[in-house]
Amino acid sequence: MNHLYFSLRMLRRDIRAGELRVLLMALVVAVASVTSVGFFTDRIQQALRLQANELLAADLVVTADHPIPEGYLAQARRAKLQSVMLFQFRTMVFAGNHNSLAEIKVAGNGYPLRGKVKITDAPLMLDREVQAVPAPGTLWVEEDLLRRLELNVGATLEVGARRFVIAHIITYEPDRSGGFFSIAPRILMHSDDLPGTGLIQEGSRVHYQLLVAGTPEQVRRFQDVIGTKLQRGERIIDVTDSRQEVKEALNRSNQFLGLAALVSVMLAGVAVAMASRRHVSRHLDNCAIMRCVGARQADITRVYTYEMLWLGLIAVLTGCVVGYLAHAVLIELLAVLFVTKLPAATLWPVVYGLFTGMVSLLGFAVPPLLHLQNVPTLRVLRRELGMLRAPTLSVYGIAIVCMVLLLLVQARDLRLGLFVLGGLVATIALLVGMALLMVRLLRNFTNGAGAAWRFGVANVARRARGSVIQVLAFGVGIMALMLLTLVRSELLVGWQQRLPPDTPNRFIINMQKDQLAGMQQFFSRQNLAVPQTYPMVRGRLTAINDQAVSADNYEDARTKRLVEREFNLSWAEDLQADNKLVAGKWWHKSARYDAQFSIEEDIAGHMGVKVGDTLTYDIAGETLRAHVTSVRKVQWDSFKANFFVLVPPGILDAYPASYITSFYLPDVNLPMLAQLVRQFPNFTVVDISAIMDKIRMIVQRVTDAVEYVFLFTLAAGVMVLYAAIQASHDERVKESAIIRTLGAGRRQLISGLVAEFFLIGMLAGVIAALAASLISFVVADRVLQIPFTFNPWIWLWGLLGGGVGVGLAGFLGTRGILNRPPLQTLRKAEM
Amino acid sequence: MTDSFVLSIEKLCKQVPSTDADDATPLTILQDISCNIRRSDTVAIIGPSGSGKSTLLGLMAGLDNASSGKIWIEGVDLFALSEDERARLRGAKLGFVFQSFQLLPNLTALENVMLPLEIGGRKDAQEVAASVLARVGLQKRLRHYPRQLSGGEQQRVAIARAFAPSPSLLLADEPTGNLDQHTGENVIELLFELHREQGATLILVTHDDNLAQRCQRRLELINGMLQSTG
Repeated sequence: MNHLYFSLRMLRRDIRAGELRVLLMALVVAVASVTSVGFFTDRIQQALRLQANELLAADLVVTADHPIPEGYLAQARRAKLQSVMLFQFRTMVFAGNHNSLAEIKVAGNGYPLRGKVKITDAPLMLDREVQAVPAPGTLWVEEDLLRRLELNVGATLEVGARRFVIAHIITYEPDRSGGFFSIAPRILMHSDDLPGTGLIQEGSRVHYQLLVAGTPEQVRRFQDVIGTKLQRGERIIDVTDSRQEVKEALNRSNQFLGLAALVSVMLAGVAVAMASRRHVSRHLDNCAIMRCVGARQADITRVYTYEMLWLGLIAVLTGCVVGYLAHAVLIELLAVLFVTKLPAATLWPVVYGLFTGMVSLLGFAVPPLLHLQNVPTLRVLRRELGMLRAPTLSVYGIAIVCMVLLLLVQARDLRLGLFVLGGLVATIALLVGMALLMVRLLRNFTNGAGAAWRFGVANVARRARGSVIQVLAFGVGIMALMLLTLVRSELLVGWQQRLPPDTPNRFIINMQKDQLAGMQQFFSRQNLAVPQTYPMVRGRLTAINDQAVSADNYEDARTKRLVEREFNLSWAEDLQADNKLVAGKWWHKSARYDAQFSIEEDIAGHMGVKVGDTLTYDIAGETLRAHVTSVRKVQWDSFKANFFVLVPPGILDAYPASYITSFYLPDVNLPMLAQLVRQFPNFTVVDISAIMDKIRMIVQRVTDAVEYVFLFTLAAGVMVLYAAIQASHDERVKESAIIRTLGAGRRQLISGLVAEFFLIGMLAGVIAALAASLISFVVADRVLQIPFTFNPWIWLWGLLGGGVGVGLAGFLGTRGILNRPPLQTLRKAEM
Repeated sequence: MTDSFVLSIEKLCKQVPSTDADDATPLTILQDISCNIRRSDTVAIIGPSGSGKSTLLGLMAGLDNASSGKIWIEGVDLFALSEDERARLRGAKLGFVFQSFQLLPNLTALENVMLPLEIGGRKDAQEVAASVLARVGLQKRLRHYPRQLSGGEQQRVAIARAFAPSPSLLLADEPTGNLDQHTGENVIELLFELHREQGATLILVTHDDNLAQRCQRRLELINGMLQSTG
């Protein structure tokens, strides 16, 4: 016989008979969930690869948190490299009564050295590429800024002490494409205009860059020379470095979205296993008859395996199409955080989808199929022969191994993979244990109840194994639903509400000492409370316990950055209300001029510093060495000015300081900001609420994306529900026929069925509420760091929603059996 | 044994392990059965319930293994063959009709009849199946599923399936057992007609005396032993 052809015909017949629908749909869900994430990351990776040489707008960049030494520029010129200086900083810009925070990039002629800038003349118009910077006296701004300030191209914008004409809208900067999102709209300015704005003063936070480009040999030589001269706070970035950061962020998102997608694959695997078991048990007779009419064992194995492979192929292709369509939503949600324009996807996600689909199919569907070849031919005469045995763990060993492999591949990190695996196994064990316990306990709840209830309870308890699987599957599905709705909004609201209404919403930085009195008078004149100001002195940590500190001493990327950059040191006489001592003692008022440090808990932990250690700072070329006498916990989101390192008053008097303040500004007083900055052009006013909005938007987008991927989990949960209902369908049909023969009415049967599914739904609801509460506790406590509030509604919703929802679904799924005459059923069962 | 015997049985015994915990002696179902059946004969196996009729039929088809003794089908020693070789032999030489029809519920009448032809690798499976179904009077039921057919129609599909590959030996296990008298008579008529047309040997197990009388030979089984041959 032609096995391939025969199996294809068999597949067609089985699909037509509705036998393989659940199997097919579960596989489609599994493949769609992994490919949607796959297509998304693939396209972004493509974009990054294509733009690699543009990511820097140069071949090499030297960055610094202080002005680039003249020697570097001279060296670049000697090496005959093209070069250009960049300055980037944030400041407030004004147009009439409107103002906004903006990110300003100041560039000289020649920028960009690699790639092109894209500009346009009006919103939504086609943009064009230019290799230029704005002419002096003009600016190119992002469209977002025009919208915020209600301006058009050609309007005037105040930046610092100068006025500029907006010449174009900027739509693309090559060295920004990989640079994530910005918290404020961007402006490009010519470097000749910078001194006139008066924006850069002592202590201003500016990011300095020297861009160079040339032949690879020239660039390499320059890199070799400068590499030996680098000072603290200076860094060389080449193309691979700049890609690395974006790549890491992308890998992380891929890891987590991918792992979320794998939860659907695992659930779908359960549905596949259940559906294929049913498929096999319905095909026992077929196999016996096929053997009876001449098929060999090998024919049976081959035909059924080929049938599964055909099915897998159809499912994978359909899943890839669904995944491709679905990934557009992920792009919509997340791509703005990465890059703007995306190239077409490659075929790799399809390969991965094929791999996942086939692994789930072969791992979960084939083990029961192998039983078919052993069906004795005599079954045609004696039906009790060759029944399917209860599944054992060893049968699904291959599937479990495959799933673990998929998990590790997706995690791309052995530790993370094993961590997730451990968590998953522990969670499943806990939930299975709970579900089993509840199913067992149920048996005690039959006294005094009606017959229907008793029948339903007995059914749940009797089919304990099936009930536990159903409870778990529904549980995970309902949990996904709860996280999508109740928990999420509750957490976000909780996070926002904990800030009192008068929480500071504006910061002013870059204030100089001689401007403080003027600023305070300004506030008094406006009848606003005069805000408290804090001094900031920039210093660099050079030694801990007299051992030189270097970024190389630390593994963690964040600590490396903390060590490399300049710190803001400040002084205070008293401990601020939003600070709490966790170790050591706060200094006494008499400690003025007595050098000592109080350090923030988190940074102390990262750098391994404790009370009694000695820290040495380099401040403007001078050394400050002292002991740490206390460690503080800081409530950062009080939005008051806070510092990692504090000293008693008097110690830093001799050093150049700038001042910072935070205050609450009601919206009605917004125009006063424009006056303030006109009076003090070097002040940078930061709109915290705008930043908060931006952060909220990002948090929202990321949670949306994760939840979106969880929608596949929900779909897979529905597949398990459907497969579970189908799995017990034949048995139910027979049972109900017998019960009806014994005199039970239609109504009694319906009540029994509904009671059974209602119970399963309620148990699932309890499991879901428990899991959702656990997750929200972890998110509240660990991620958002807000007090966890117990939500009784989750439990009520879980119990009632689960009961009613699953009860209804179960009833709809099984009501067909009630319409069948019992005699027909019984005669069929005899056959 | 001559070529004129399509089926020969020699000292056939079938025992099954006892399910009685106190008495481990195996249960004897068939004991020392020997007989020869000529080509194109019609044979009825009769006897009371539990006498081993269906077991004997199953053994003749190679669906089960004997405890001892031999069966030859057209000179081939059935129990010397592997399970797969027996399956192939069944596909080539045997047809089977069951009391409970044993149609595949998810296949149409036509597809059910095509099944043995497809397994046998016949390219003309569909045409042959359609013509046999037409022969049993079901030309208008080709696309119907078993559940859409009456009992008599289902058994006619089963008969068509058994005759479609033109077997030399046709085994029927109480083919009218699930049918009313009138329908049963029609089905029997059909079986004998096809037997005449194709010249296949027909062996059937029955409780029905009238049916047994129509056969050229009768083998009566009592307590697993062959009592008489007529």
